[in-house]
Amino acid sequence: MIPFKTISTKLFVVVGCVIKYGCIAHCTFEFIGNFTVCIGPSMEPTIQSKNVILTENITPRLRRIRKGDIVIARSPSNPREKICKRVIALPGDRVSWGLFYSDVVPRGYVWLEGDNKNNSTDSRNYGPVPQGLILGRAVCKVWPFQEIGLFANKVIDDPR
Amino acid sequence: MRLPIFFKSLLVGVPIGVTFFDTVGYVARVDGVSMQPSLNPDTVNQDYVFLNRWAVRFYQVSRGEIISLTSPKDPGQMIIKRLVGIEGDVIQTLGYKKEYVKVPQGHCWVEGDHTGHTLDSNSFGPIALGLVTAKASCIVWPPSRWQRLKSELPSSRIPVNLKRKFFEEK
Repeated sequence: MIPFKTISTKLFVVVGCVIKYGCIAHCTFEFIGNFTVCIGPSMEPTIQSKNVILTENITPRLRRIRKGDIVIARSPSNPREKICKRVIALPGDRVSWGLFYSDVVPRGYVWLEGDNKNNSTDSRNYGPVPQGLILGRAVCKVWPFQEIGLFANKVIDDPR
Repeated sequence: MRLPIFFKSLLVGVPIGVTFFDTVGYVARVDGVSMQPSLNPDTVNQDYVFLNRWAVRFYQVSRGEIISLTSPKDPGQMIIKRLVGIEGDVIQTLGYKKEYVKVPQGHCWVEGDHTGHTLDSNSFGPIALGLVTAKASCIVWPPSRWQRLKSELPSSRIPVNLKRKFFEEK
């Protein structure tokens, strides 16, 4: 018979280990970087549906998001969902969409659009997105293996 | 041999602490007059409130609660306001560009208790729920002010759609 004391000590050590590594994992994913599976056609052809991308959370925390970056943000219409779009305009920039609409992005907001302009629900539908909703910046694609590579910061400079 | 052990425990202890504050909650000081008289009733003593992160982990908030959120105008700033309307509510605004606003999906309407001395939804419109960071559940300091923060809404600020239902029931 195994003494009760040994079992309880072992259990204590195991639970302690789980908490320890769980906390380290939480901090890493929350503050440093994370892997995300992108689902949906809105970022084609840059990111296909079901691609896995690596994101880093340091740039948004320091508020150093630049024009042309691909970002992961909480959806403004549903906080439980995340969206992956490209930053088209920063505060103070003028954006226009459709035929007649034109607006200046207010302070603290960004204008996000998908690369697949015809099949993307983005700022053209729900307006500018608050910077506080941005969670991370997409750094590189890690899956599928053939397409591994950093994302280019494609500065969109079309005089619309 | 002492130093490596110290660093090792630091390497483990910091993530545990940060995770605790990030998931359970933390204490923060309230600045400004926007929530008078519920918070900071006099300008001499500032209140410290416990911000409950666990309560908003699924973004389930209800009307009348005091919540903290990231300011939509300045992402580095946190603001504390009372939740007046949730998605679908019709709000009679106080000085917004439209007199009646229907809160869109995934948004909420927040206001400070100190009407006229607060920067809230009446100036920047409905707020995305994703900006909500925590629910203020109690005042922890100074000791004389120790109390739970009640979820309450003055009758004048109840959303229009609820008021109608209320009168129909009567």
